[in-house]
Amino acid sequence: MSGRVVLQVRDLKVYYATPEGDVRACDGVTFDLHAGETLGLVGESGSGKSTATSGVLQMVTPPGRIAGGEVFLDGEDMLALDEETLRGSRWQALALIPQGAMNSLNPTMSISAQIADVIQTHTGRWPRAKMRERVLELFQMVGLPARIHDMYPHELSGGMKQRVCIAMAIALNPKVIIADEATSALDVVVQRVVAQTMARVRDALGVSMIMIGHDMGLMAQMVDRIAVMYAGKIVEIAGVQEMFARPAHPYSQILIDSVPSLTERQPLRITGGITHDPRNPPRGCIFQLRCPKVMDRCRAAPPPMREVAPGQTVACYLYDEGAADAAS
Amino acid sequence: MPLLEIRDVWKRYGDVVAVQDLNLTVERDPASIVTIAGESGSGKSTLANLVLGFTKASEGSITFDGMDLATAGPAELKEYRRNVQAVFQDPFGVYNPFYRIQHVFDMVIRNFGLAQGRSAARDLMEEGLNAVGLYGDDVLRKYPHQLSGGQRQRIMMARAYMVKPKLIVADEPVSMVDASLRASILDVMMKLRDEGGISFLYITHDLSTAYQIGDRIMLFYQGTVAEQGNAVDVISNPQHPYVQLLVDSVPKPDPNDRWVGEIELPAEEEMRSTSAAGCRFYPRCPVRMDRCRELLPPLYPVGEGHRAACFLHETQRTGA
Amino acid sequence: MSEVQAGGTKRARRFNRFDNPWLNPKLLIGVAILLTIILLGLIGRLLWDPDLVFTGSAMLRQPPVGFENLRGQAGSWANPLGTEGSGRDMLALLIVGAPNTLLIGAVASIIGMSLGIFLGFTAGFVGGRTDDVIRILSDVMITIPPLMVLIVFQAALGDVSLVVMAFLISGFLWQSPTRLIRAQVLSMRESGYVQMAQLSGASTFSIMFREMMPNLIPYLFGSFIANATTAIVTAVGLETLGLGPQRIPTLGRIIYEAINSAALLQNMWWWWGFPTLLLAVMFVALLLINLGLDEISNPRLRKIT
Repeated sequence: MSGRVVLQVRDLKVYYATPEGDVRACDGVTFDLHAGETLGLVGESGSGKSTATSGVLQMVTPPGRIAGGEVFLDGEDMLALDEETLRGSRWQALALIPQGAMNSLNPTMSISAQIADVIQTHTGRWPRAKMRERVLELFQMVGLPARIHDMYPHELSGGMKQRVCIAMAIALNPKVIIADEATSALDVVVQRVVAQTMARVRDALGVSMIMIGHDMGLMAQMVDRIAVMYAGKIVEIAGVQEMFARPAHPYSQILIDSVPSLTERQPLRITGGITHDPRNPPRGCIFQLRCPKVMDRCRAAPPPMREVAPGQTVACYLYDEGAADAAS
Repeated sequence: MPLLEIRDVWKRYGDVVAVQDLNLTVERDPASIVTIAGESGSGKSTLANLVLGFTKASEGSITFDGMDLATAGPAELKEYRRNVQAVFQDPFGVYNPFYRIQHVFDMVIRNFGLAQGRSAARDLMEEGLNAVGLYGDDVLRKYPHQLSGGQRQRIMMARAYMVKPKLIVADEPVSMVDASLRASILDVMMKLRDEGGISFLYITHDLSTAYQIGDRIMLFYQGTVAEQGNAVDVISNPQHPYVQLLVDSVPKPDPNDRWVGEIELPAEEEMRSTSAAGCRFYPRCPVRMDRCRELLPPLYPVGEGHRAACFLHETQRTGA
Repeated sequence: MSEVQAGGTKRARRFNRFDNPWLNPKLLIGVAILLTIILLGLIGRLLWDPDLVFTGSAMLRQPPVGFENLRGQAGSWANPLGTEGSGRDMLALLIVGAPNTLLIGAVASIIGMSLGIFLGFTAGFVGGRTDDVIRILSDVMITIPPLMVLIVFQAALGDVSLVVMAFLISGFLWQSPTRLIRAQVLSMRESGYVQMAQLSGASTFSIMFREMMPNLIPYLFGSFIANATTAIVTAVGLETLGLGPQRIPTLGRIIYEAINSAALLQNMWWWWGFPTLLLAVMFVALLLINLGLDEISNPRLRKIT
């Protein structure tokens, strides 16, 4: 993972205002995305995966707000850009395949018109023939037949619509693609086809990608590094091999353990504990209420991220010098 | 007499065949988890609705405990409701937002006369909650939106358990629950089977959970059964080309064992064959033969209690 | 994410009270205005002499206190809002007339809603041919302009009582609640909680009234208010044309008489001005209630403060 850093996110905070106080949906998220790599962002519903990326894209809508942090794209401070520049650069540099994207296609516009629309909003008018050529080229890249050029969304299957969304995302040659649960509503076989299409396009264009999801199996198939989020914070970042071989954070361990296997029947592992009230997070470690290995110091102050192996950083006191003995 | 017997059942919606010539038996003893797996539109949810009596079969018979569902009177149907319960996919929609959690328990206690008096009802609810690993009754006073998806789904299990049914139809009970909490729901199902003697029709698209807890499995493809047998046998050694593709496409949670090779999906209009004749998988099948288009292959035995609906296995019938 | 820690119950309660959707400011202000008008009608009868609504009970064409009429007479406290062309006291007219107008709205709306609930549930539950008949009937009836038909009816009937008028108007108020309830019933029938109730052995009756009805309450309230508004508009429209009850004071009737006696030419603004103003306030109150109920039944409209 030694490539150039494309996207740098530092201490990003996105809060949602409620009558009861702020919900810290994304609370101090820090990560780097290297050129050509795919980073998986995993966590359960409500862990802030989608919020974090909406913060990166600055698509936070009230009552949410970006409460702090920095986002650098190729060294350029994104949060300092004005609205106009941002709107232009958002799709050109950072492309999003939103959750349920295939259902957000406009039912009254043909597929080609919708793709053309995305292109022309950012780059001005194109001659008709040239646009058709470009759209067909995009179709080819995502494995769609040319005959759907003039079709409407309702004439396509879920897998095809999802590939149309991928085509739209890559239409402006972005540097980074963010795919938010891009395959989760699809059947297993179609999911595989779409996921593989996405991987092929990524490799062909050399773009970086952030894949948001909850399916650890899909992550194992698709990504280079994994960032595990819990309650608005990243608790561990590691290479996909390390993450599956020796997850460090107790929550990562639970996530990896709870992936059902298709090769051996094993006893179910049940985790107890309750999630905290998001408006009123506990002092100290965010995971203390559900952690099987919680210690006294976890309740006092939040553990900082520290590197426990090359390329593997984790926010847990278990890996402090001397602490491991105390825990075992 | 088997607990549930589905014989030659067809379900048509206009021209569309949702379930074609289905045969399924759930034995009374021992209690078992029978998985019905398939993609969306494979007819597995139609099967759930048929068994729950929400929709009627176009042809064939569904018999429960010797009672034919089509000819049952109101009293028999009420008894049937007691014996066949359900847990649905969406752990939120099944709660009436107007009422506290307690309402779902009150309904069954009142309508089925499960308990006489307040304290007996309280004990019964306590017992139900304990069976799914929840303690204390403050959860009963909460509103549905105050609980997590996992808790709501466990309460649905507790409710089903309280009725003491013989069969629970569990329609995608974990697909909307977070991964780390899924195990607790699946564990409850296994506990109810082993300790409560309750059988399950476990309807899912997720082969891995079926592999972990299922006893038998039936794989649906476009309204027909592609393969059936012991869950472990079928998933670790699939015989139908569709099931092979399906098992191979489940993303393996191992970064060192990634998908090899890409698969092609045929053009949309070819994928759905509406005719009742011929193998439904014909348009996508890598090993198709001409006769597959003419005739729907019957379920040929391919192992002990293991059958696959594919002409490739026709010869094995004589061999085995 | 929605679980609340054991220690947080006190905070949670505060949150709940804050979050109580029925404490919607629009709804509260609207209800307060409407209650004030109704109370004015009830208590006003005790404090002010309602017999002053009869012709010739005071001097003709007196201006309100602090104003002069065309003949240079100053208003007196005997008739604080002045008198109209035949010497009836304006304040007494408003005290008696405003509740009458509201009464027509309420009665017509209640009748229309009851019909709508009955037909909507029948259509949604029985289905088949019955559903077709009810649906087509309500679809056709909704296209008929009520004022036109009512003008013909009222003109034929001549002098009618308030209740008969309310009945006639309610004949045009059942269609939209019928359609609304039918649609809601059809969608609720497919909902998880209704299926759960079926599985719990609940009877059809219990499903209708225990499971579905409570969730319809915000819609029913909203529909009731909207219908009451329509009924009042229709009633005032008819009265302004001189139709409807001839001898009972209503706000519309007062305006009709003002127009009929050329109050505008005589510069007697108080004759038509006060009832018009009261009607406007009434409609603003009803609108606020309707907006408030909308926010309650559709949480997405709720403001996060």
